Amino acid sequence: MSFFPYAVAAWLLAIGLYGIVTSRNLVHLVICMTVVQSSTYILLLAMGYRTNGKAPIFADIPVGTKVVDPVVQALTLVDVVVEATVTALLLALAVQAHKRFGSINPDDLHPLEG
Amino acid sequence: MLAATNFLHNRYFADVVGVLAAAASAVLSAILLARAIDHGPLVYWFAGWKPNGHVAIGISFTVDQIGAGAATLAGVLVTAALVFSVRYFEPVGHLFHALMLVFLAAMTGFCLTGDLFNMFVWFELMSGAAYALTAYKIEEQGPIQGAINFAVTNSVGAFMILSGVGLLYGRTGALNMAQLGHALAQHSSDMLVVTALMLILVGFLIKAAVVPLHFWLADAHAVAPTPVCVLFSGIMVQLGLYAVARVYWTVFQSPLEPHLAAFRDILIWMGVICAFVGAIMCFSQHHLKRLLAFSTVSHSGLFLIGIALATHLGLAGTAAYVLAHGLAKGALFMGVGVLLHRFVSVDEFELHGRGRIASLTPVAFVFVAGALVLSAAPMFGSFFGKSLIDEASLEQGYGWLPTVFMICSGITGGAVLRVAGRVFGGFGAHDAPEDPSEQEAEDEGSETEGAHDHTPPIMVAPALVLVVAAIVCGLVPHVIHTIEHGAEHFVDRGAYVKAVLDGAHPHFLESPPSKLKGFDFLYGAGATLLTIGLAALALFGRRIAELVPERIVDGGRTALGGLRTLHSGHIGDYIAWVTFGMAGLGGLFALTLR
Repeated sequence: MSFFPYAVAAWLLAIGLYGIVTSRNLVHLVICMTVVQSSTYILLLAMGYRTNGKAPIFADIPVGTKVVDPVVQALTLVDVVVEATVTALLLALAVQAHKRFGSINPDDLHPLEG
Repeated sequence: MLAATNFLHNRYFADVVGVLAAAASAVLSAILLARAIDHGPLVYWFAGWKPNGHVAIGISFTVDQIGAGAATLAGVLVTAALVFSVRYFEPVGHLFHALMLVFLAAMTGFCLTGDLFNMFVWFELMSGAAYALTAYKIEEQGPIQGAINFAVTNSVGAFMILSGVGLLYGRTGALNMAQLGHALAQHSSDMLVVTALMLILVGFLIKAAVVPLHFWLADAHAVAPTPVCVLFSGIMVQLGLYAVARVYWTVFQSPLEPHLAAFRDILIWMGVICAFVGAIMCFSQHHLKRLLAFSTVSHSGLFLIGIALATHLGLAGTAAYVLAHGLAKGALFMGVGVLLHRFVSVDEFELHGRGRIASLTPVAFVFVAGALVLSAAPMFGSFFGKSLIDEASLEQGYGWLPTVFMICSGITGGAVLRVAGRVFGGFGAHDAPEDPSEQEAEDEGSETEGAHDHTPPIMVAPALVLVVAAIVCGLVPHVIHTIEHGAEHFVDRGAYVKAVLDGAHPHFLESPPSKLKGFDFLYGAGATLLTIGLAALALFGRRIAELVPERIVDGGRTALGGLRTLHSGHIGDYIAWVTFGMAGLGGLFALTLR
């Protein structure tokens, strides 16, 4: 059971990278990047999970109850924000690419070679 | 503030505020540097969360000499770039200055932090500002593709770093680098530590543009506005290497100690391959910005070798070389910017002979001096760095490394000197050799709104200042010795941990500064001669080239053509190389580091 989340994270990483490498559509490429980023979140949250731990909010549970690790949850939230910014930037670039190149297929973007 | 006042459309206001802010940052970093030199690492805990026992609860800024020095270099380069863009970059709103200042803030934070996750956050902020700056000329096709390649590659790298940090947190419960180092020292290295090491190194090496993770650099440089290229090559790429050094010495040194020789070999070979590939690609370019970008790739390889030697001498050499290289590369990019401003072209052959104007003599000087700094000519700033790395190589038994340095720095210096000769001297052939895969380097007018007749001095002055600083920085008394002492402090993990977790003032051993030896001058002179020789050969050597047998020429041309086809501009290819690099490095680490 405890091995499963890490396997999922590794699989998401692999499939996300494969998607980026073979992508023929810039929007698809950005979503594959999101998949790669999700693999990192799953890894982080799996690190923080404690069996039978409760949510780390001590409003109605006594101090000293076993909770899951809140630090990794904070890390994940920071990364979600960063991912949102980068994804927005990349999608804006994809829109511009469609305007300038007439296509969002990475194979059709050609000015930079050699 | 700058972004909010965009509606004012007052360019002067933006320039003044931008330059003052950047200069203030540089001055403050320099003050930190001076304090760090006197008192050892300065530790500041945000919101007063001091460590409890040996557990760090808050986020710390741990400022040591090398970190503060890197932050100062960043401040100086951003100030110079903003001064340069006052007259260079006509059609730009406040957002450019705002982005540059955010970029500077992120780089400074990156250099000063003592917490690994905080370092990742600054890394992402720095990268985000860089992507936006690269795509600044959004109306053209090139910047869009360049920015996409840059953004996707570096984001993948960033998430590798995050995964590695997560793994380390899972093992040790620590994010503060001192605490991580302390905790990892209790264990020997195992699969988890090795995986974390691989992920973190790959992420930072993508930023450092080391082969095979370097493809994004040339694309980003080719399309980014010139003041931005100054920063990319001058300091941003080197920060990736700073992070590799910091993570190795502070966090991973203990678990890797039994396997140090293997680790050293892997990274040194990576650096050597990178240096050669970069140098060959550099010499074969005639798009000036791509040429300088590949020279940065080559030097990144050399810097990686310096760090990989894993001694304080190697690190000191890299730091000194980075300083001189950053200043000179910044000056060279500004020189290219002047040419772009004047002639609306960055193609070496199109600019043939057009620089033979009296008013452009200072720019010619910048190019020639920059070429010599890149080749580490004797007594120039970079020479001291290279001789320290040479000494470290010989100490560790890699007697063939100084020759690699000589050849690669000679090739890259030769390429720049060839450009100087062709553009400012009118030497050499007029036409480019047949090459259908060449990138168009002509249609570059939008940064500067067309050609200009007159080059304002405010554009040439920063370039001159930077290149002269690159030449003399080794000769200013105490600079090199201070860098050496800084490197000694950097590699001393025990003292770093004590300073951060115990708040103690560490006592560092001070060894006597190293002296220049005879063979340093020999290698330096060799590199300079190679630079001049290669430039002369490229410019005047058609007859000699005709003497070389056909088969060798064809074989060389096929190999070079193959190498250039690999740099295809297609993002899928780049990420495939990243995956290959990750798998290769991971496999090598798994085999040798457990």
